[in-house]
Amino acid sequence: MKTDKLIHAITADNATRSVSVERWLAMVIFPGIVISAILFALMLGPRSDIVRVSGEFSFLFKFVVTLTLALTATLLACRLARPGADTKLAALALLAAPVILGLAVLAEFTAVEPAMRASKLVGTTWLSCVTFIPILSVPILAATLIALRHGAPTRPALTGAVAGLIAGGFGATIYAAYCIEDSPFFLATWYTLAIVGVATVGGLIGARLLRW
Amino acid sequence: MRQHCNNRAFGDVIWGTTDVKDREAEWADLMRLAIAGDQAAYQRLLLALAPWLRAIARRGLARWGDADAEDVVQETLLAIHLKRHTWDADRPIGPWLRAITRNKLIDNLRRRGGRIDVSIDGMEDFLAAADEKPPVETRDVEPYVNELPERQRDVVQCILTEEISIRETAVRLKISEGAVRVALHRGLATVARSYKRDMT
Repeated sequence: MKTDKLIHAITADNATRSVSVERWLAMVIFPGIVISAILFALMLGPRSDIVRVSGEFSFLFKFVVTLTLALTATLLACRLARPGADTKLAALALLAAPVILGLAVLAEFTAVEPAMRASKLVGTTWLSCVTFIPILSVPILAATLIALRHGAPTRPALTGAVAGLIAGGFGATIYAAYCIEDSPFFLATWYTLAIVGVATVGGLIGARLLRW
Repeated sequence: MRQHCNNRAFGDVIWGTTDVKDREAEWADLMRLAIAGDQAAYQRLLLALAPWLRAIARRGLARWGDADAEDVVQETLLAIHLKRHTWDADRPIGPWLRAITRNKLIDNLRRRGGRIDVSIDGMEDFLAAADEKPPVETRDVEPYVNELPERQRDVVQCILTEEISIRETAVRLKISEGAVRVALHRGLATVARSYKRDMT
């Protein structure tokens, strides 16, 4: 095929408008979250004392961390989907959630007696945590990857992993309504494990799915 | 007149980079016009980009020859088109073009099992020298076009092979212009994917 012919055909297609990745994410992430919320309602439901604890700092703090992660990861994914776009600032912003959590861990460390620390870390529901956060992340991960396919990520695996952070962040946010463990130790261990797991899966799938 | 020529030569030496910036700005302007609907501007842009892409592709695929390099040119032009909504019109177009070109070149080298020796990290590399030698024809794209769904195949054949306009295609195939546009876009996207397939 002669390149000039291709250029003619491409030019004829000039009127086509494509939707940006940002728009796509806005369109599909909410349905993904809703599906996860429905799964949550069917499988778990909120903790029985949720009304009582909904004003407590330690309960609300979980949401602050997970939502911060989900939102900063979304910003980074939007940058990664645009070839040549600067990602440094967005990558730096991603550190916000870990830093906030790290500070909380330090604070808890000084406040809690040594004997209690281990039991707060292990908790009683770690298995449910590392099981359900990934499950709740699945619809959101699917939605995010579908949206990112409309971009042009030059690093598909990395972008997939960041999609996993988005999904894990929102999935963990939903899970946190059920979770009875409020210790930052627990968060830093099990939530991190679950979310990193989702990010790994996102990276593996993204490496294939996000090619263009 | 003589004075003017001397100054110009002097300027080229000292302000070579201004040339690069001008070209980048010109391409960005053309792309903005194209996105706003100016088809002629889009054609000018693509015709201007092709020789640059060709130079990079021929350098990168020196081991394989001009037909294979032309594959990369075409694949990159399609990518630039299909992903043009990923360019932020407020930002320079150079890094965006460079990233897409680099990506397609590496993809291509990887598919052919070649060494990834791509050096378009600097804008100077990208805008170094256009390859003014005439383009060669690539392998036949007919088989891939024939595989398209009927509507897309007819439309792509009209516009790609016979180079007639959208309106004429709509008249000939007795469908609406809107239907032609949709079929053309999908057809181009499918043709773009076909480059990844068996190339031996």
